[in-house]
Amino acid sequence: MSIITNINKLFDHRIRLGIMSVLMVNEYADFNMLKELLGATDGNLASHTKALEKGEYIKVEKQFIGRKPNTRYSTTKLGRAAFKKHIEALESIINKQK
Amino acid sequence: MESKDYLKDISEIKDLMNKSSRFISLSGLSGILAGIYALIGAAIAYWLVMTYSNGILILDGQIYRLCMLTLCLVAFLSIVTGIFLTTRKAKKHGAKIWDATSKRLVLNFLIPLIVGGLYILIILSQGKYGQSGGLMLIFYGLALVNASKYSIGDIRYLGYIQIILGLIGAWRPGFGFWLWVIGFGFMHIIYGTWMHFKYDRK
Repeated sequence: MSIITNINKLFDHRIRLGIMSVLMVNEYADFNMLKELLGATDGNLASHTKALEKGEYIKVEKQFIGRKPNTRYSTTKLGRAAFKKHIEALESIINKQK
Repeated sequence: MESKDYLKDISEIKDLMNKSSRFISLSGLSGILAGIYALIGAAIAYWLVMTYSNGILILDGQIYRLCMLTLCLVAFLSIVTGIFLTTRKAKKHGAKIWDATSKRLVLNFLIPLIVGGLYILIILSQGKYGQSGGLMLIFYGLALVNASKYSIGDIRYLGYIQIILGLIGAWRPGFGFWLWVIGFGFMHIIYGTWMHFKYDRK
């Protein structure tokens, strides 16, 4: 039963899992980069980043590049730990059902 | 049924991690062509030195300048071919040629390469030209190893081979020319062929 509890509800969506995957291997990613990589719409991506931000899994930095506003995302310590746990849980489920 | 979904999750995670951090559209064919250019260039230099200079290369002579020109042409043609074929491959995959991953790759490749290039120019200006062949191989190898973190991981092994060849060249400067031929010529061709069949022909 413990495996089931390790499956993180917050990651139970393709886009959210995608955002975390990209941020795990990059220091940071901006909104447009995530949009391109995940093939998500603006509204869709915004709502998912908000959910992850609320869970304190990602950090959001708003800044200006020239005159253009730019939103940068990076993982928090909590987010990285939660993602690792989630992956381990996925692995053990797959291994059990083989 | 559920496990299949999780497997898909895992493979999607892996794919996104790779796509967002590595530039993998490098063309194997450009490696083969770079090797061929290097061999032609080396043959021209060899012929020049053997015919007009009695097998001895004198710094600041006419022949020396022609050899340097050949070297620059080889480098220039290799870069142009590499950019052209890589752009073509990236387009075919629907990948962007100039994005965060390729910028990072170019930057990390160029740092050891430019440092090495300047270093070689400095010691050439001091008349210590015996080491230049080995040093070119060493710095090029370091550049490849450094770049491999941001591209196809396999180019790391090509880097190791160039570093070893370069060290042999530093130890035995007399073989510098032939090691250069092996490293920049044959190794590129062998490696490019391997990459071409491993990644391009799919």
